[in-house]
Amino acid sequence: MGLKRNVSLAKGLRYKGQGPYLTFILHRIGGLGMGIFVAVHILASFMGGDIGKFLNGIYENWAFQIFIFFCALFHAINGLRITLGDLFPKLIEHQREAIWLEWAVFIPLFGIAVFVILSAGLGG
Amino acid sequence: MANTKSRSLPLSKRGLNFEMLMWIFTRLSALAMYALILFAIIGALVMGARTQMNMADVLRWGFMPNSTHVQSTDVPDLAPWASPFWKVTGSLLLLVAVAHGVHGLVVIADDYIVSKRGRNIVRVLSIIMMLSMIAMGLYILWTS
Repeated sequence: MGLKRNVSLAKGLRYKGQGPYLTFILHRIGGLGMGIFVAVHILASFMGGDIGKFLNGIYENWAFQIFIFFCALFHAINGLRITLGDLFPKLIEHQREAIWLEWAVFIPLFGIAVFVILSAGLGG
Repeated sequence: MANTKSRSLPLSKRGLNFEMLMWIFTRLSALAMYALILFAIIGALVMGARTQMNMADVLRWGFMPNSTHVQSTDVPDLAPWASPFWKVTGSLLLLVAVAHGVHGLVVIADDYIVSKRGRNIVRVLSIIMMLSMIAMGLYILWTS
């Protein structure tokens, strides 16, 4: 069990922790986003029918695809950095450099994906 | 600049309780998901995805190798994609991902819900969610 922290959510969001904190909060948002998506997607596929079709329509929307791909790609790349750091603790000393490397991988991959999703979604 | 020197404790000093096991499980299951997704993507390429599917469809199959995920592509025959081999792979990915994900949700909830009673409720709800997601997911994988 963790410690009791007397910090409100609003105060936590204003915390200026720079790069490592940004990855921490984006990792959370990505995990939550995927968790909700997968749960609703499994439920929709299980029920089928009109509700299933309605929910699958949401997933096909380009804005949703950009959001969920952001969640999945960032969570995967950041998770790999955390995993490697925890399994080889000496690497944690270089975590700020690792975060720069992470963005260098993430931004081009995500940029290409957004371009492809938008050009397909907006019929360009 | 904060001191970022790493300290690594031997396993015997870290303690081997449930939270420690779940901490290591989260890391290892992340690697397992990387392996399973790459495996599914390579499998898709072996089954002819290079000329029959676009990149987005291959990724959709990679994230969950279920034959309904390739229905709308140019794949001529769904049978190899719906084989028991891929159903087992998909089931493994489902089990690992649901356990990793539900534990992640509990970790997040614990940061905001601090009372003993609240945390117990979170744990009961998470177990119900985990079991129902696994049951529904396996049903979908093996009947579609």
